[in-house]
Amino acid sequence: MKRLSAGDKFMYFVIYTSLGVLGFVTFYPFWNSVVISFNNGADTALGGVTFWPRDFTWDNYKIVFKDKRIVDGFIISILRTVVGTFLSILSTAILAYGMSRKELMHKKFYMVVCIFTMYFSGGLIPYFLLIRELGMMDTFWVMVIPGMISVWNMIIFRTFFVGLPDGLEESAKIDGSTNWGVFFRIALPLSGPVIATLSLFTAVYHWNDWFAPSIFINKAELLPVQTKLKQILDSNIMSEQMSQMNAAGKAAMSRMKSSITTKSLTMATMMVATVPIMLVYPFLQKYFVKGVLIGSLKE
Amino acid sequence: MDKTVVKGFSRPQKSYWKRLASQWDIQLMVLPALLMIIVFQYIPMYGVLLGFQDYNLFKGFFDSPWVGFKHFIVFFNDSDFFRVMRNTIVISFLKLFIGFPAPIILALMLNEIGKLYFKRFIQTISYLPHFMSWVIVSGMVTSMLSTENGSINMLLVNLNIIEEPVNFLALPQYFWSILVAADVWKSIGFGSIIYLAAIAGVNPQMYEAASIDGASRFKQIYLITIPTIMPVIIIFMILAIGNLLNAGFEDILLLASPGIREVSDVIDVYVYRIGIENQRYSYATAIGLFKAVISVTLLAMANYAARRSGNSLW
Repeated sequence: MKRLSAGDKFMYFVIYTSLGVLGFVTFYPFWNSVVISFNNGADTALGGVTFWPRDFTWDNYKIVFKDKRIVDGFIISILRTVVGTFLSILSTAILAYGMSRKELMHKKFYMVVCIFTMYFSGGLIPYFLLIRELGMMDTFWVMVIPGMISVWNMIIFRTFFVGLPDGLEESAKIDGSTNWGVFFRIALPLSGPVIATLSLFTAVYHWNDWFAPSIFINKAELLPVQTKLKQILDSNIMSEQMSQMNAAGKAAMSRMKSSITTKSLTMATMMVATVPIMLVYPFLQKYFVKGVLIGSLKE
Repeated sequence: MDKTVVKGFSRPQKSYWKRLASQWDIQLMVLPALLMIIVFQYIPMYGVLLGFQDYNLFKGFFDSPWVGFKHFIVFFNDSDFFRVMRNTIVISFLKLFIGFPAPIILALMLNEIGKLYFKRFIQTISYLPHFMSWVIVSGMVTSMLSTENGSINMLLVNLNIIEEPVNFLALPQYFWSILVAADVWKSIGFGSIIYLAAIAGVNPQMYEAASIDGASRFKQIYLITIPTIMPVIIIFMILAIGNLLNAGFEDILLLASPGIREVSDVIDVYVYRIGIENQRYSYATAIGLFKAVISVTLLAMANYAARRSGNSLW
């Protein structure tokens, strides 16, 4: 590289500083939550816990893992993510393979039916009433079935299937394979990277969704961990606001000598609810970068 | 009628059913999934007619009385209307003006980084918030801003900018800034991926030619990089304009406390409160439909404008 002009030097200074600040600002809230979740709650309440636990403890996590509500929520979240992702990817891939066949009749009409849903929807209330009419309230399947077919993923899958060489399919047909046989034995095994990418996005959606269960499910034992965490946060904000209102309440809270506080427990719960995704995402980074790209190629 | 004409008509008709029967297997791949789309997407679309009814839970959709535009007129005359529209538009524009260019600027900056490990490191960190749910993000925002030893309050007190910790989330004047900041924080890194890919497509010879001509790096960015990725920016701009009335839903639902509804109520959140919490189904459906119609119109207009400049969605 040629020698830098003064202006460019200044620009690089600004860029490196901005990126450094951005990295810090992005990571710090997460890191601080980790630190608080490993710190003695009473000690955290004294203030000043920032970058490193001052009074390290596992107690918060021990309590969280003994809390049946959270463990149940965790199991529901895992079940929902696994079952929901599997069914969604499989059914969407089947639809996409059918749509990729040149000889499919009414193909254009089917495509219009799919695409239209990307631009217009009936909105929350008719959807809510429909789910209720179908008797899906308070069932596990309300988190899996309604959103099973993703038009967006279908388009990505279809683009991939159309790009497969015709010869593969023809030779399989000569050997006596049916269309379903070609799909399961040739098309699906060849689309490994696409499946990995779309599965990751679908799984993240399922793991993080808290809203649908919050309106469709009233049974506490069916709620996923994110929705439970939302309820915990709501009750915390209330208790914090109540302690704000009168000085007596605040004094009472600080007098509590318990080593575990709602804040430290909440942080530990938050970590339990995030860590599964934090663990997988750095390893799948190359896939999701690819995924964003195949998605945008369509546009 | 001439016999050959009849023959010409009847043959394809017969073969239509034959052809359909002969491809039953691929039709079977498509039709069940389309049925799901019709049930879960098109029936709710048909359900927007609720907005023209006085829907009664016991009478059901088919027996509830029709009331025309009553709910729309009530909404337009409601004292909440102005407030909700103002919040929706202000929050949307703030998100558009700050949240839209932010990932582009990040991508341009990342592209200037020569040290690969540093670039990788920043990228990996910046993608992190995209994978957290809004519940987690709101929990972190609440913790950061907490009056009880929240990091931001501690910092501001130590710097003597404020004397007492401030309960930022309970004060209406801070809500928009907090919301937009949280939104940018969550989406900037992941949003930059697409622009980084577009930048990677710039022909390196252009930079060489420009630097031989004595252009500084800064000049190369705004004379070569930005014009090259312009089509991508325009496409995403169209999508953003189509989304203009989606001022936010999960983020506002989670970050706004009931005390600051004056500044936090946007159309979607309002529909949720009126419809799900207060169970005024018809009224909420009408408001939702009003929003959907404006959104589609905005998208069509943005697309029309973009088509004239040669980049369009359809």
